[in-house]
Amino acid sequence: MLIKLEKRPTPSRRMLYITPVLAVIVTMALGAIIFSLIGFDGLRAVREIFLTPLLNPLKWQDLAVKASPLIIIAVGLSIGYRGNVWNIGAEGQYVLGGLAATGVALWTHQMSGPWILPLMGLAGILGGMAWAVIPAFLRTRYKVNEILTTLMLTYVSVYLLNFLVFGPWKSPTSFGQPQTVRFSADQSLPDIIPGTIVHGGTLVAVVVAVLAWFVMSRTIFGYQVKTVGTAPAAARYGGFSGNRTIWLVLMTSAGLAGLAGMLEVSGPYGRMVPQFPVNYGFTAIIVAFLGRLHPIGIVFAGLVLSIVVVGGEVAQTTIGLPFPAVGIFQSMMLFFLLASDVLVRYRVRRVNTSPPAAPAPARTEAAPDAGAAS
Amino acid sequence: MNEPITSDAAPPRLELQGITKQFPGVLANDRVTFAVKPGEIHALLGENGAGKSTLVKMIYGIMAPDSGAMRFDGEVMENTSPRAARRRGIGMVFQHFSLFEALSVLENIALGLDEKLSHQRLEARIREVLDQYGLTLDPHRIVSTLSVGERQRIEIVRALLLNPRLLIMDEPTSVLTPQEVEALFEVLRQLAAEGCSILYISHKLDEIKALCQTATILRGGQVVGECDPRQETKRSMAEKMIGAGLRDVDKDRNRSFGEPRLVVKGLSTRAEDEFGVAITDIGFTVRAGEFFGVAGVAGNGQNALVEALSGEVAGTSAEAIMLNGEPIGLLSPSARRRAGLCTVPEERNGHAAISDFTLSDNTVLTARDRMHLAGGGLLRPAAARDYAARVIGEFSVKALGPGAVAGALSGGNLQKFIMGREILQRPDVLVVSQPTWGVDAGAAAAIHRALVELAAAGSAVVLISQDLDELLALSDTLAVINLGRLSDPRPVSEFSIEEIGLLMGGVHGDPEATREMTEVLHAHQA
Repeated sequence: MLIKLEKRPTPSRRMLYITPVLAVIVTMALGAIIFSLIGFDGLRAVREIFLTPLLNPLKWQDLAVKASPLIIIAVGLSIGYRGNVWNIGAEGQYVLGGLAATGVALWTHQMSGPWILPLMGLAGILGGMAWAVIPAFLRTRYKVNEILTTLMLTYVSVYLLNFLVFGPWKSPTSFGQPQTVRFSADQSLPDIIPGTIVHGGTLVAVVVAVLAWFVMSRTIFGYQVKTVGTAPAAARYGGFSGNRTIWLVLMTSAGLAGLAGMLEVSGPYGRMVPQFPVNYGFTAIIVAFLGRLHPIGIVFAGLVLSIVVVGGEVAQTTIGLPFPAVGIFQSMMLFFLLASDVLVRYRVRRVNTSPPAAPAPARTEAAPDAGAAS
Repeated sequence: MNEPITSDAAPPRLELQGITKQFPGVLANDRVTFAVKPGEIHALLGENGAGKSTLVKMIYGIMAPDSGAMRFDGEVMENTSPRAARRRGIGMVFQHFSLFEALSVLENIALGLDEKLSHQRLEARIREVLDQYGLTLDPHRIVSTLSVGERQRIEIVRALLLNPRLLIMDEPTSVLTPQEVEALFEVLRQLAAEGCSILYISHKLDEIKALCQTATILRGGQVVGECDPRQETKRSMAEKMIGAGLRDVDKDRNRSFGEPRLVVKGLSTRAEDEFGVAITDIGFTVRAGEFFGVAGVAGNGQNALVEALSGEVAGTSAEAIMLNGEPIGLLSPSARRRAGLCTVPEERNGHAAISDFTLSDNTVLTARDRMHLAGGGLLRPAAARDYAARVIGEFSVKALGPGAVAGALSGGNLQKFIMGREILQRPDVLVVSQPTWGVDAGAAAAIHRALVELAAAGSAVVLISQDLDELLALSDTLAVINLGRLSDPRPVSEFSIEEIGLLMGGVHGDPEATREMTEVLHAHQA
């Protein structure tokens, strides 16, 4: 008795929806086992991480606040990934967006008016984009792999952040603390649910997701991105320039990451601090894949990942689970998702005997194309 | 012509009797019967699609015939597999190599062997074989650093290690330089002298005349003749290969054509990579209602020509391509389509269509402007669905509907869909490459009919093909593309069978043959 993988004639839609759920369930099961083996209460750890944030209404606002930047960044990344452009440096673009918004905030500190916040938003978007100009140029001009350049620029962005908050942007009244001055009311995101910490960024996340869904499914731009991503030669034939598409999707994903940075710095943080980068840009990669690169799926995936982050904090205080455990859960989720993806394209068959006789050159066996015989 | 084989003392090395193989829509082999004597170099001659590859795949055990018998040294071969074939002593060198680029020659050979040998033992055996046949090949070189000819040598050594008694060579010279071809022939002659039979598959008449003692000629899956190539002329073999019916294709040659639709002048491109063939200084004119045929052996710049005309490869001069009197040489593919020039590239999957997309989404790729399937940056899904349904209906595409995924269609049906998608746009000029490649006879006839109707309605058609039957049946004017250059276009009725034979003989990369062909063409004009 053997297990055999058989290619499906068309990818299974059902599996496309089932596998993300499957990945989460397997992660929970294996997580419980692993943490039991290393001496924690594994079942409790899984319960605290995955269930407590959902069952405790006090944690819901945390979920919304954590999920918002994840969703905004992941939606941008998913557009790039659909186009086969692998921006994994959203963290750096997020930092640059935050820095650009901070720059505007510092410049307008003595001013007031409702125009300041939109200006900061614009600065955030442009800041994120500026950080992706370098990878986009190198990719389209010299075919430099954007995976490397976007990732490396992330580290540069952190040094830039530190230079600014330890140096020229340090608040004179911070008693030597590396941080900027506190943003004024005109420079801070308003809370949208009174009495909670839920800020305008959550609203932006929902709008971004819906807008992205429309763009990807109903516009020529969305069609162009998907075509370039799946069949570059067909895209050229259809009249879509590959390089133009690379620029467009890199600018879109970086702009959204920058916007997320602006929303974070003007929302929860209220000033720029060295602790600003908290891996939203990297976690968003998992969110994008868990959400099947679909804007609406990403909303749910963003919530799942924020549950893990919030739950990780809970488990830290209640059962002393070290915070890096959250990273382990996140990585397992991505790993199992990618691994279970095989079920989308293949079906599992059990076979009784092994008929294949000889490993002759596979190509010729697979193509009994009589018409093309030559 | 040749004495009956049965009178020989020894049984034939290989004997085929009434081999028949049916594919959906195509009878690939129809009661094929022939025999190969021990130590004989036997050619299997036929044009593309004649059924040569299917036949040797059955001999090598990759496929089983539907009916008929195969004997090897008098012994019946049944339920065979490549492994069983190799055990019997049948070796095969494929047209396309299966080698791991990142591994060494030695490792590649080790991976392909059925028996497991230590690397030292294997290397010693390889060096023995190399010495014996005067071949040079460093067993420790990494494959990615080797030339095509050297890569083929790996496949040959791999086959020779089995001490084959029958060696099948499938179009071995299509990738070789003339010097490499000569070296290969030396090896094959030595092998034959040692008693190994060789089944040599080709459509190159020069080579077959130089190498083979017997030739079996296939046409449309049937054996149409057997001859001694040394006693034949290229012309006589070409006639057998093409068949007499070919010249009977009757078409109204006195039709009058309209205004020039497409005028190409001095069109050149750069080769994209070292393996690509660029086109140089191409010029031709196609009038309304005219079929312009471009003949040539694969890899002579056909793809570059299609992509230069479609706009996928950027042009350098606007006037190089004139459409209805307007310069379009610098326009994008979309703009050229809006102006009235549609194209169909040779490759269906991933070029002319996107396998993962639905048929409805595939119409958007090229018909979004002319058929108003999008507007103002937005898609019109309902219009795309309607257009896909129209294509499916008018071209009898077997598909579940506009929502079917393109990859789920058979090759012939997808081709009908692609052709329909372009033809129903009623372009002023349609450029098609290999429109019926790998398509069964019924679908091919439907595609040809649609093209003829399009031309009759006043469009100009550029037909790039390797299928001479198709070219001669449809073209009004014909030119030959060779090494990226196009010969002077002439009315198709002026081409003689000798010229056609030379075209089929393939002159790619062979300056001698190129000169010969040019002489023939000029002699005819004079």
